[in-house]
Amino acid sequence: MSDVTQMNMIQAINSAMDVMMERDPNVIVMGEDVGYFGGVFRATAGLQAKYGKARAFDTPITEIGIMGVAIGMGAYGLRPVPEIQFADYIYPALDQLVSEAARLRYRSAADFTAPITIRSPYGGGIFGGQTHSQSPEGIFTHVSGMKTVIPSTPYDAKGLLIAAIEDNDPVLFLEPKRIYNGPFHGHYDRPAKTWADHPGAQVPEGHYRVELGKASVVRPGEAVTILCYGTMVHVVANTVEELGVDAEIVDLRTLVPLDIETIEESVKKTGRCLIVHEATRTSGFGAELSAQVQERCFYHLEAPIERVTGFDTPYPHSLEWAYFPGPVRIGTALKKILKD
Amino acid sequence: MSERDRANLPPLALHVPEPRFRPGDEADFSDIAVPPAGATRRPDTADAASSFHELAYGLVRVLDDEGNAVGPWDPRLDADAKRRMLRSMALTRAFDERMFRAQRQGKTSFYMKSTGEEAVSIGAAMALAADDMCFPSYRQQGILITRGYPIVTMMNQIYSNKADPLEGRQLPIMYSSKEYGFFSISGNLATQYPQAVGWAMASAAKGDTRISATWCGEGSTAEGDFHSALTFATVYKAPVIFNVVNNQWAISSFSGFAGAEATTFAARAIGYGIAGLRVDGNDALAVYAATEWAAERARTNQGPTLIEHFTYRAEGHSTSDDPTAYRSAGEPNAWPLGDPIRRLKEHLIKIGEWDEERHAAQDLELAELVKREQKEAEKNGILGHGMHQPFESMFEGVFETIPWHLKEQQQQMLDEQKAAGL
Repeated sequence: MSDVTQMNMIQAINSAMDVMMERDPNVIVMGEDVGYFGGVFRATAGLQAKYGKARAFDTPITEIGIMGVAIGMGAYGLRPVPEIQFADYIYPALDQLVSEAARLRYRSAADFTAPITIRSPYGGGIFGGQTHSQSPEGIFTHVSGMKTVIPSTPYDAKGLLIAAIEDNDPVLFLEPKRIYNGPFHGHYDRPAKTWADHPGAQVPEGHYRVELGKASVVRPGEAVTILCYGTMVHVVANTVEELGVDAEIVDLRTLVPLDIETIEESVKKTGRCLIVHEATRTSGFGAELSAQVQERCFYHLEAPIERVTGFDTPYPHSLEWAYFPGPVRIGTALKKILKD
Repeated sequence: MSERDRANLPPLALHVPEPRFRPGDEADFSDIAVPPAGATRRPDTADAASSFHELAYGLVRVLDDEGNAVGPWDPRLDADAKRRMLRSMALTRAFDERMFRAQRQGKTSFYMKSTGEEAVSIGAAMALAADDMCFPSYRQQGILITRGYPIVTMMNQIYSNKADPLEGRQLPIMYSSKEYGFFSISGNLATQYPQAVGWAMASAAKGDTRISATWCGEGSTAEGDFHSALTFATVYKAPVIFNVVNNQWAISSFSGFAGAEATTFAARAIGYGIAGLRVDGNDALAVYAATEWAAERARTNQGPTLIEHFTYRAEGHSTSDDPTAYRSAGEPNAWPLGDPIRRLKEHLIKIGEWDEERHAAQDLELAELVKREQKEAEKNGILGHGMHQPFESMFEGVFETIPWHLKEQQQQMLDEQKAAGL
């Protein structure tokens, strides 16, 4: 194992791309502002200087073009890692992503494939308003032929991103931008934390993988299972700590393919299940989780499955903290699910 | 502005384009400007795109009305090459006839002919190197035929039978062959445009010598993909050839709904600062010459070229379409640029390298050839007659390795079929 360094999530993501560009000359990064400047969040900083303009470059502001070009590069034999600057901007690329990248292997019987990893910062809690705060993962988990990955620590971010880049299918890698610089406890009115004392910020400098499709039990417990991912892992952990609830927290890490075994095992043990995500509620990924748990664990459940999610409204700028699934909303749901 | 002031203004009017001829009308294309063959200048391939803007509004033509190949764009192909070109076009037409009929006989679900547009794909395929990468739309079967892809394999794909290389997963005619430099066809329009640019950028980034070429119809130039592709291509000087097959009709929508009333499609290139050519798409030698010219520009790092092929869709959009419901039945015959096969045939006869007897014999031979190949293909089954891929294969190839949820669904389907006695 190589040397371990403390990294925030941006540094870990940058390190993953650096490691992969070093190892594989076919890995390239591109996107709006990612070249010379290194990205608006600095995730690609230094890569152009190190690997040259033909492997790390700025693109025109057209997400259709970025996705379509990545598919063509993949068909040539490259392994593109395009960045969509904010997940909120991904919608113009939907057709290229859904009908092309995700379907190419199937429709061509593997004659052509799309080994592409699309990186994109997502989620709220940064006063980004409705065009810089969305959590669109449920749109993509509904699409056959692509994987969706969301890390919650720098260590996982690097290992998952390496595994995504090495994967031969298209992977949407959503980065919870609220926790780029520190694990958010959920209290917007308290001082922000950094990754400094978090064990998940100890990151090996070299190559390692965190396998796709494997959840992580970040806190074992007996009273209730909480299914979450991204920023919510930290908000949930802090809320559970504050309330003194013996919850088992499962960080899904990959939404498709889902680690159903870990979920099933946990819910059968605790008999209760709370699902927390930032995304809007109706047809959100929590609906799929709830259905899976109901189908597999119905006779073990001692209370109805609960969901704490974003409301079915556009992301509200000034009322962000009422919308955000924070400690109050999570705490209320926990009390309800644990009352009998 | 007050109410009173407004009252003095003429009311606004919405312009909704309307084709000039509808069913029952007599088609008259005499207003289409057809410059004489040979009249258009041929810039040096190293010239700046800004120095020949008029070519985006003209019409590159080589074959004149008497069957002569004339002017600076004459590619001076030898007679053998011209006969190969003629044969590929005739084979494509014979194949189309046979497969159209197979669909009408209920042997498959869908077919699309390229009748009248054969020169567009065959002229280009002959001018490109065999390993240049094509990102076609759905009416470029002539590329595969020119490159010698097995006819029986095309038919297997059309029948979605057990020998279909695409394993019955894709709509008929949506071929894919990496080996023959033919990218998987999508049913969604113009998506292949930025993909072709990406392939070309990758080739350039790797210091390769291969270029890419892509095709779309004039109707789908309205898609965002088209404009994203041209932007990317001009920014990175990608070695790509954009072909717009202006066959006048997008299902029932005439070219006016893509902007043809206002300008040409080749002129789209000018705004992007890339080379633009407008070519007689029914003149196989002109298509060859334009492609050869664009390929040389691409291969010498001069960047992309947009070629508008001015042609006519002589038949319906697909087997699901009836053009007599929306356009004049006389249009195909009135089309001023004639038929591409007849024009090349007359040229070869004119130069003493072909004759009517040989042509008739070739037509007969090709009809026999496709009939023979069809019989071979049908040994592997036709659509919906049992000789399909195994049921469980539906779940394979979604991902490189099959994940648990697809395995579970696969097992459920098989169990249900077994329980139902299927």
